[in-house]
Amino acid sequence: MSQNPLYPSLPPTDAAALTAKSFQTDQDVRWCPGCGDYSILAQVHKVLPSLGIPREDFVFVSGIGCSSRFPYYMNTYGLHTIHGRAPAVATGVKALRPELSVWLITGDGDALSIGGNHLIHLLRRNVDIKVLLFNNRIYGLTKGQYSPTSEQGKRTKSSPMGSIEEPFNPLALALGARASFVARSIDIEAKHLQDTLAAAAAHKGTALVEILQNCNIFNDGAFEGITDRKVKAERQVHLAAGQPALFGAERELGLVFDAERLSFRVARVAEVGLEAIYVHRPDNLVAAQLLAELSAPELPAAFGVLYERPRPTYEEQLAAQLDEARARVGGRPSMQALLEAGETWRV
Amino acid sequence: MAKVLEQREHVTIRFAGDSGDGMQLTGTQFTHTAALLGNDIATFPDFPAEIRAPIGTLAGVSGFQVHFASEQVFTPGDAPDVLVAMNPAALRVNLKDLREGGALIINTQPFSNAKNLAQAGYAASPLEDGSLAAYRVYPVDITTMTLTAIADVGLNQRAATRCKNFFALGLVYWMFHRNLDHTVRWIEEKQRKRDPLVADANLKALKAGYHYGETAEVFTHHYVVNAAPIRPGLYRNITGNEALGLGLMAAAELSGLELFLGSYPITPASDVLHFLSQQKAYGVKTFQAEDEIAAICAAIGAAFAGGLAVTTTSGPGMALKAEAIGLALMMELPLVICNIQRGGPSTGLPTKTEQSDLLQGLFGRNGESPIPVVAAQSPSDCFWAAIEAARIALRHMTPVLLLSDGYIANGSEPWLVPQMSDLPRIARPFALPQEGAPFRPYARDEDLGRPWAVPGTPGLEHRLGGLEKQHETGAVSYDAANHELMVKLRAEKVARVARHVPPTEVAGAAAGELVFVSWGGTFGAVRAATHALTAAGRRVGHVHLRHLNPLPADLAARLEGFGRVVVPELNLGQLALLLRARLPAAVAARVESAPKVQGKPFKVGELVALAQSPAQSPSNMESPQ
Repeated sequence: MSQNPLYPSLPPTDAAALTAKSFQTDQDVRWCPGCGDYSILAQVHKVLPSLGIPREDFVFVSGIGCSSRFPYYMNTYGLHTIHGRAPAVATGVKALRPELSVWLITGDGDALSIGGNHLIHLLRRNVDIKVLLFNNRIYGLTKGQYSPTSEQGKRTKSSPMGSIEEPFNPLALALGARASFVARSIDIEAKHLQDTLAAAAAHKGTALVEILQNCNIFNDGAFEGITDRKVKAERQVHLAAGQPALFGAERELGLVFDAERLSFRVARVAEVGLEAIYVHRPDNLVAAQLLAELSAPELPAAFGVLYERPRPTYEEQLAAQLDEARARVGGRPSMQALLEAGETWRV
Repeated sequence: MAKVLEQREHVTIRFAGDSGDGMQLTGTQFTHTAALLGNDIATFPDFPAEIRAPIGTLAGVSGFQVHFASEQVFTPGDAPDVLVAMNPAALRVNLKDLREGGALIINTQPFSNAKNLAQAGYAASPLEDGSLAAYRVYPVDITTMTLTAIADVGLNQRAATRCKNFFALGLVYWMFHRNLDHTVRWIEEKQRKRDPLVADANLKALKAGYHYGETAEVFTHHYVVNAAPIRPGLYRNITGNEALGLGLMAAAELSGLELFLGSYPITPASDVLHFLSQQKAYGVKTFQAEDEIAAICAAIGAAFAGGLAVTTTSGPGMALKAEAIGLALMMELPLVICNIQRGGPSTGLPTKTEQSDLLQGLFGRNGESPIPVVAAQSPSDCFWAAIEAARIALRHMTPVLLLSDGYIANGSEPWLVPQMSDLPRIARPFALPQEGAPFRPYARDEDLGRPWAVPGTPGLEHRLGGLEKQHETGAVSYDAANHELMVKLRAEKVARVARHVPPTEVAGAAAGELVFVSWGGTFGAVRAATHALTAAGRRVGHVHLRHLNPLPADLAARLEGFGRVVVPELNLGQLALLLRARLPAAVAARVESAPKVQGKPFKVGELVALAQSPAQSPSNMESPQ
């Protein structure tokens, strides 16, 4: 909680009094009925009051796409910007006002196609912004073209014979771009999503959360192979720091690191013993890279915080340079002195 | 032999040599000395586009022109009176500009080298084939005499050769009756601690050059240029880009806002980024973005967050920023966009000047998307233009385009340093919560500006975006009538900037045969031409526009009394097009465009010629070689 530096006379409101309802707006939510976005919005409404941050200090920034309508449904400060550029806008907000809690809402097209450049540079700089990347593997707002996460062979309006493009893996991309926090969750897994959002909020630095989100109109069932009740126990491994990577209906399966093949494989705990199962260490980049690439049905897809390794944020280093520059000259110098700097002469 | 001292009103010198010959330093030293002696001055550095062109090539030639006078100076001079050429390539590139009968000081040593001559495209030495007969040639073996003069300092051959620019500077100091005090002091204060040997060598070279002028029989005349009548006060020399940076900082101080610059490196705007990134002690935050779009978008974020937000760029960057400018004007956030224009289109001429982004600035976006446009007229005027741009942005809650150009950005002139305490404050239009009343982010004041509610203010939580807004409430609206209302409100908001524009001044005659209408960096040349014409008895006026959008309300009235309305521009007639469209028909019909698109500023002579004959545009006068 911090005092508004622009209005020191205005006391901050009481964050403890906030509820999910405090963050709802009077705007009609305009996503298609059955869209996964509804659940994500509800979980965000639930998580924010737990963070101890006054409502006026939240800023939600989005780009363009279905998910980017999000700020209109948040009773906070918000910016619905232009396609792909939200990371840059959010960076400006946070760089100027580090005390604000800045959240970025984006989709697979917005973040990884038109905004790919901005996303990787946001991650590299480690600006303290929470990035919720709604991945539905399709362009929804423009009514159904393949996206940079659509699988090869995907037939859409713009790929009638199937997409011939290799898709991005958003988390692998983020790790390659030096992200300090990457996590994955699912729209319909309310509890898991809340926990993951809370973990992202607690991380100081850019936190990228990929949320698998179903577009029931243009790409229905895109994640059925992972999320369907019948298969999800075998096709999802939920990671927690310091815990063995177990999964299966009876937690009878586990991930074993195969040193020879430099990869993970699935083993029966009964056969290899619990001590052979990989114990999750979120600060290990190589493990995170391998986990990010796990894909069903051969291997379970990884969920939870895959990687977290704090490092100094962009905005705090920028502020520190300003402090250092002032300290070197004994405080903020006068503007008049700067105008008169260099070689001068009097007429 | 007795030497003759003659008086001159004004002199233009160009120092030219290889990029490694230190011509920018030489020119700067001469400029400061002239300024200290009370001359009015204007300078124009001209360096190669290539970073490290091969030594001795035409591509590697670097030049610095300084015009100093005992009268008011408006431009760096049409044609040099003196050209100092340190090698054949420098001669080749610059000779065409030297005025007929001008003095040509040539460093002869490289001319005895066939390779150097060939690199410059000379089959035989121009010193020997009579091709320089139209000039007063002073062949001086600057290289050898420098090496001799500093032989006992103990520098290696390469370092010693690099001192030859100080010999040339000393010689020119003698030629124009300047003392060496300023440069000696500079060497002692700046060079001594870095490298005492180099300082010793440069001092010796400087003095050797000066004494050579005094004693050698080559030079029979030298010249004095007396001090100019100048407003009293404290002066410094300043480039346009420095003045722009200072102006933005001053605007931040006057408004009590934090200055935030989002920028991406681009010639010739990068120096503003460099300058402001050095001002961290003043609380200036600079962000070098991953591209031009991110640069302006970060500035938009900072504007929303309550900063004085700025982005700096040049033409190609402006093209990339177009969509984001639309966003800023839709969100009605204050933002200063600085376009330091260069030759276009596309990559064009990155290091050459042009004024061809005016219409891009006014119209280069989708939809009905007006923004105010102001232009700086000279290097030091960039300071005032930046304050004006920030003032408009904050008063009307709008992005504002500030146009500068490569000519004034890199050029320098003496600047009467203002007192911050004399400058009017800029109001900070932050909204405050009001009990019981819902916040209406698009309610408007008499300038049609809307309230600026910054994050962190309790009770003013609101959402902005690129979708059309409902009048007053700011809610998303697709309503047809509301859209038309908002389009008209945004246009009227920009139009109302004119209410704050001071009356248009006409220099020279208030009515008569011809009035020049100009904008931006052509000010100096047009004003000098106006003075020359009025001095010759012609009834000529000059209106120079600070505000391009909206145009001043009284502009037509000021132009009515003139027979011809001549619009000189470094483009194909963009302001002329605008004036024909926006002035009343009777005045519009008198508009004549005088375009020049050569990557170079106007010469005063070209503009004077316009008053002689309507048919002769500068473009026709100088056809490409």
